[in-house]
Amino acid sequence: MLGEGMLEAGTAVGGFRVRSLLHEGGMALLYDVEPAAGAAPFPLILKVPRLGFGSHPGCLVGFEVEQMILARLVGPHAPRLVASGDEDGAPWLVMERIDGGRLADVAAHAPLAPGEVARLTGTVAAAVHDLHRQNVIHLDLKPENVLFRADGTAVLVDYGLARHGELPDLVEEEFDLPAGTGAAISPEQLAGIRSDPRSDLFALGVIAYRLATGRLPFGAPTTRGAMRRRLWLDPLPPRAHAQGLPPWLQEIILRCLEVRPEARHATAAQLAHDLAHPQQVPLTERAARLRRRGPLVALRRWLRAFGAPPAAAPSPARQLSRAPHVLVAVDLADRREALAEAMRAALRRALAAEPGLRVTLVAACPPPPFGEETAPELAHGQQTAALIALRHWAHPLGLPAEKLRIHVAESTDPAGALLDYAAAHHADRIIVGARGHSALRRYLGSVSARVVAEAACSVTVVRPAGERPD
Amino acid sequence: MRTALLADIHSNLEALEACLAHARREGVDRFAFLGDLLGYGADPGACLEIVAGLVQEGALAVRGNHDEACLGGVLPEMHFIARDAIYWTRERLGEAERAFIAGLPLTVGEADRLYAHASAERPQDWIYVVGTEEAARAFAATPARLVFVGHVHHPLLYFTTPAGTPRLFEPMPGVPLPLSDFRRWLVIAGAVGQPRDGNPAACYALHDHDAGTLTHFRVPYDVDQAARKILDAGLPEKLAWRLIVGE
Repeated sequence: MLGEGMLEAGTAVGGFRVRSLLHEGGMALLYDVEPAAGAAPFPLILKVPRLGFGSHPGCLVGFEVEQMILARLVGPHAPRLVASGDEDGAPWLVMERIDGGRLADVAAHAPLAPGEVARLTGTVAAAVHDLHRQNVIHLDLKPENVLFRADGTAVLVDYGLARHGELPDLVEEEFDLPAGTGAAISPEQLAGIRSDPRSDLFALGVIAYRLATGRLPFGAPTTRGAMRRRLWLDPLPPRAHAQGLPPWLQEIILRCLEVRPEARHATAAQLAHDLAHPQQVPLTERAARLRRRGPLVALRRWLRAFGAPPAAAPSPARQLSRAPHVLVAVDLADRREALAEAMRAALRRALAAEPGLRVTLVAACPPPPFGEETAPELAHGQQTAALIALRHWAHPLGLPAEKLRIHVAESTDPAGALLDYAAAHHADRIIVGARGHSALRRYLGSVSARVVAEAACSVTVVRPAGERPD
Repeated sequence: MRTALLADIHSNLEALEACLAHARREGVDRFAFLGDLLGYGADPGACLEIVAGLVQEGALAVRGNHDEACLGGVLPEMHFIARDAIYWTRERLGEAERAFIAGLPLTVGEADRLYAHASAERPQDWIYVVGTEEAARAFAATPARLVFVGHVHHPLLYFTTPAGTPRLFEPMPGVPLPLSDFRRWLVIAGAVGQPRDGNPAACYALHDHDAGTLTHFRVPYDVDQAARKILDAGLPEKLAWRLIVGE
């Protein structure tokens, strides 16, 4: 049978021919294959679960789940599924081979510089967000399951424990062990909850901790009892291992490792955004911690661990819809107070309906004229003025620091700058003001019309009551 | 091949026509009627005519408990409202219609599939699959890998697990579910003519044999018209109300 022995070079499996064995894992074997006829558009691998005497009973289920999930995933952050089938009850699948490197190899060189930790973790978080947007949670993120394309894009592999929000959960909980990896399993997974995308953020925190310190925050326990210690015991703060670690990075990592999902970032996109904008991360007590919190905190959490399980999101889609990233395009040259108030009103309605919403105010300033000696100071002054103006704009909303981010783009093309920022930071919605009545505006063209036409998300165009278009 | 699975039509012509039109737009190759063509609704003759026509063209059909009740007997176990509707329906069936119902089998087996109205366990006893224990007994009663039934009036699936106890899954309408080859699946198609899950839209399921997927669909139809006909026919008022609220 297919999964029992090793396949010889030249063996034909469902229209593909085996070239060589690539990897022998505990659950599956990976082979380099080529199509029996014609050329492949990209390199291929064949995956066959280990079957037969002595194989792990989870092998087949994990394979079944992977087949089901891969068939639904699209985009650059998952390997493309090419074909799947079974021969005499032994299943196989052929998918794209990802050749640009493995996070596990990078992690072997940890501790890495803080900037590199943030960049790598942000890249993986972007991939995780794309997965969550497709209503899938990975639930087994670790460096071994993160590969890179040649251009640096992260690709998540091994979906044997994954969950799709609209499909039956086929993964079996074993009697003595929860489904997951001891080093990275989240507290809610230990309670049997497999529907909250923030479980993947916990695992991202474990990855970032390891990249930053070269250590695992909770070790690599193999029993349920040992894994449960993370429900009450804090990890040693990363700065206790790496003195040079900046407070903002510790803030982000420890927030990912919070026991309660609602204390973590609401989405992987929010995490990626924070990693890309360190200076805007609001620092809390977490940032300064140099040792574990005391026995009283542990005792309180130990008692709580025996109570009700944490409040979990019912599906990735539901969690993401509660925590959208809303960009508000503010035109600082527009002096219409009625427009500003109408835009804030739209934002207030959204905030009331979506508790996890995060707002980024975006404004565009033209770059200073070329070649002027004072250009850097000029630019800096202009940026600062814009930041102050944006904070003033947001003040009536009374938003907590956690919910508000601000971005000033240096560009003569406000629509283009806004669209670029929206794409790079996974915006779910854009709020933009309708065009006003000035001659200049007529000359520049409508920012809102172009944003509506070209944005990859919903766009709300706000016009104050009583005003008419030209 | 794509088969549309329609259960529990219950003489609701408006719901039946809406589901058939929807299924044709989905490109189905044939229909399978999972019993209870009759009872409750005001259009038994018109529904039977449509179903019998499709059966002549190759559709599958099995008998349900309400269909059987229309053939005769005193029905001591039936709720009095359902029984009133059966007596009303009996008066409106001719010889040909009675013969069509009497000729329907209780189950149809085909390759690795079984089609029935109630549980595959003693089909003549009309057992409801309302939990994992009933599902386990239904799986034990047939070698079929895929079991398609109605009777419960809720769209649901049960699937076998390596541990033994089947698990329940509530499908999302319009989302194709891959029916993994390594498991057995019991599909409850939902009700065309009298949904009871709080959603008054008609329900049917589509099995795509080649893709190995199953999709439940919710189809809005003219509920008011079907309810008005029930009132005009002098059938119990509660039956009209049930269609409007879907309970």
